[in-house]
Amino acid sequence: MKFIPLIWAMLWRKKVRTSLTLLSILIAFLLFGMLQGVNSAFKQTIERSNVNRLVVTNKISITESLPYAYMSQIETIPGVQRVSHESWFGPYYQDPKNFIAAFPVEPEREFPAHPEYIVPKDQLTALEHTRDGAIIGAGLAKKYGWKIGDRIPLHSTIWVKAADGNSDWDFTIVGIYEDPNERSREDAMFFNYKYFDEARSFAKGKVGWYIVQVKDPSQSAQIAQEIDRRFANSPDETKTQTEKEFQQSFMKQIGDINLIVTYILFAVFFALLFAVGSTVMQAVREQVPELAVLKTLGFSDTRMLVLVLVQSLTLCVVAALLGLGLADLLFPMLRNTLGVVNMPATVIAEGVLMAALLAVATGIVPAWRAKRLVIVEALRS
Amino acid sequence: MIKQIVAVTSMNLRSLPQRIGTAWVIVIGIAVTVAVLVSVLAMAAGFQQTLKGTARADRAIVLRAGSQAELESTIDRQNAQTIMDAPGVRKDEAGRPIASAEVVVIVALPQKKDGSDANVTLRGVGPNAMKLRPELHLVAGRMFRPAVRELIVGKSAAAQFKGLDLGSKIAFRDSEWTVVGIFDSHGDAHESELQGDAETVQSAYRRNGYQSVTAMLDSAAAFDRFKGALTTDPTLKVDVRREADYYAAQSTNLSKLLNLLAYFVGGIMALGACSGALNTMYTAVSTRTLEIATLRAIGFSGTPIVISVLVESLLLAIVGSVIGSAAAWLFFNGNTVNTLGAGFSQVVFHLTVTASLLVSGVFVACTIGMLGGLLPAIRAARLPIATALRAS
Repeated sequence: MKFIPLIWAMLWRKKVRTSLTLLSILIAFLLFGMLQGVNSAFKQTIERSNVNRLVVTNKISITESLPYAYMSQIETIPGVQRVSHESWFGPYYQDPKNFIAAFPVEPEREFPAHPEYIVPKDQLTALEHTRDGAIIGAGLAKKYGWKIGDRIPLHSTIWVKAADGNSDWDFTIVGIYEDPNERSREDAMFFNYKYFDEARSFAKGKVGWYIVQVKDPSQSAQIAQEIDRRFANSPDETKTQTEKEFQQSFMKQIGDINLIVTYILFAVFFALLFAVGSTVMQAVREQVPELAVLKTLGFSDTRMLVLVLVQSLTLCVVAALLGLGLADLLFPMLRNTLGVVNMPATVIAEGVLMAALLAVATGIVPAWRAKRLVIVEALRS
Repeated sequence: MIKQIVAVTSMNLRSLPQRIGTAWVIVIGIAVTVAVLVSVLAMAAGFQQTLKGTARADRAIVLRAGSQAELESTIDRQNAQTIMDAPGVRKDEAGRPIASAEVVVIVALPQKKDGSDANVTLRGVGPNAMKLRPELHLVAGRMFRPAVRELIVGKSAAAQFKGLDLGSKIAFRDSEWTVVGIFDSHGDAHESELQGDAETVQSAYRRNGYQSVTAMLDSAAAFDRFKGALTTDPTLKVDVRREADYYAAQSTNLSKLLNLLAYFVGGIMALGACSGALNTMYTAVSTRTLEIATLRAIGFSGTPIVISVLVESLLLAIVGSVIGSAAAWLFFNGNTVNTLGAGFSQVVFHLTVTASLLVSGVFVACTIGMLGGLLPAIRAARLPIATALRAS
């Protein structure tokens, strides 16, 4: 503890250099926080998916629908607790840029199947009783300033109403749901399938995909097989996956985000290694006479080694924490473009670990040099 | 003056090898920044090029009004015929319109790289499609025959997804389809697709309508006439777009995201490289203290010294940008990537390191070098001669 002032003084020996190095490290960790943060936020969403749920899609692809009649058939399969369904509505609000994830559902099935969505009971009843009612996520409500009772027109890019050949659909907001554990899922909207199915001009009696809640998650593999077997050789064969597999395959379609992030971060840290390494090396070179004095005063070899290492450790960890803190502050800005809300805490731990590794990698050679310092020669120079 | 500048600068550069250890910090910092910037922008450029390459000035695409992509649109048989017969559509020798009413559906096929399913477009095309898209030509096998479940497969799709080799069979919708040909269309978006006969695809998917109609116009200028005819027809509710506009819109979102990534990440990295450069140049100036003070003492003015420092940092920056661009080009140029396009199906494209990207890489590097050299150069010129001489 008593060496803190000494280390501090040694670090700030050259103010400009230390500040600039601090800045380089800070920037590298800002990038680390943002990129790794996005990467693990995506992974977290997948990890947190409900193990009790299966997603049943058409085998050909998710864009092909399934008959409504499959619901009662799936319900009879042993081990199935509840079946719900969703369909792709593909609407936007006013401008195609304002895309909204909206799904026609049967509320009495959808919300029990998704216990993580928290909706007041009276709002749920209101949805069941309002033909054109909709329950929206808290995030969506905030984005457009919508509140209960508002009437909103949405333009569907797919569905045309049979009555007027028009694609503009009106909804009344009757409720707002929350998902406290996964705020990024608060951007969706759910409305009555009945309203949707009666009004649309084609594909009546079809749904997009089924969501099956199983009684025992350890049985989900068998149940999935059983569902697919039940519909094998029918005109609409199914493909049943766990919710996790379903989300994973979707992410994989977008591309290997993990790989891109790794490439970029590898490049960043490669450059950083040189920048920090050269600074620490120079600092120690300039400190040689002082280190020699310390040694003369009786500092042991090991203590010299530790002294130099702690210097680079302090520099790296302090800068890393600043960088990660800044990343954490900037992170919510990505919500609109990437749909991520918070930087996962694990990223901070990973970052600090990286900083420690960086400190050791860049500090070990100079530290070794300080340890092996020969007093007489050092003082003479 | 010029003589002084040349003398000081060349002396400085000759002593550069002595400072090579710290000089690497600039070179590598800038190389890495340029490499990341250029490769991410190359991704955006490749994607844009693929979609842009699909468009032809004298072709137009018709979707149902309000639909943003083919998959969302539906056009019934009667309307499709009306559209193809509209004025402005070019006719072939037999007097049939060079246009194609197309069924667009999605097939889930496993990707070669990790075996996970991806959405691949299956396009059912009309009988005149080959005249409509002369850029599309078979490189292996033969054309599909109507009324038989046969497909031709784009070169990129065949390379990226499993089970699309010539002669292989794909099972979907209670029957098997045979791949009878592989086509090339100069790396455009259709090369990521499977194509078959529209009627056959319709019957397999038990559909009756189409998703879009693409028509070859008499000339690029005939577009307004064509559009006018369709939008004033009370039996039609359609959006008519030039192919160029349609495909540009399809690429906006992803290009925007990639550009954002490139400039955000690249910008932050440039800042980091800049502070590295400043550090290096301050060190360089401080090791040259005695030399600079001596020069000033024997009558050299400040300007040659400033320039010598700037030249050094610019030179290192350019070396860095060359290494960075070369790395981006060597490792990534031509790399094939696939992603989910705006139409909810896979688009295969190649990373393209264009000349203009290389130029912007050099520009970024020079800016960093300039900023990193300027402050240290000013300090060098302002060194108090007497103290500097005494100090060492």
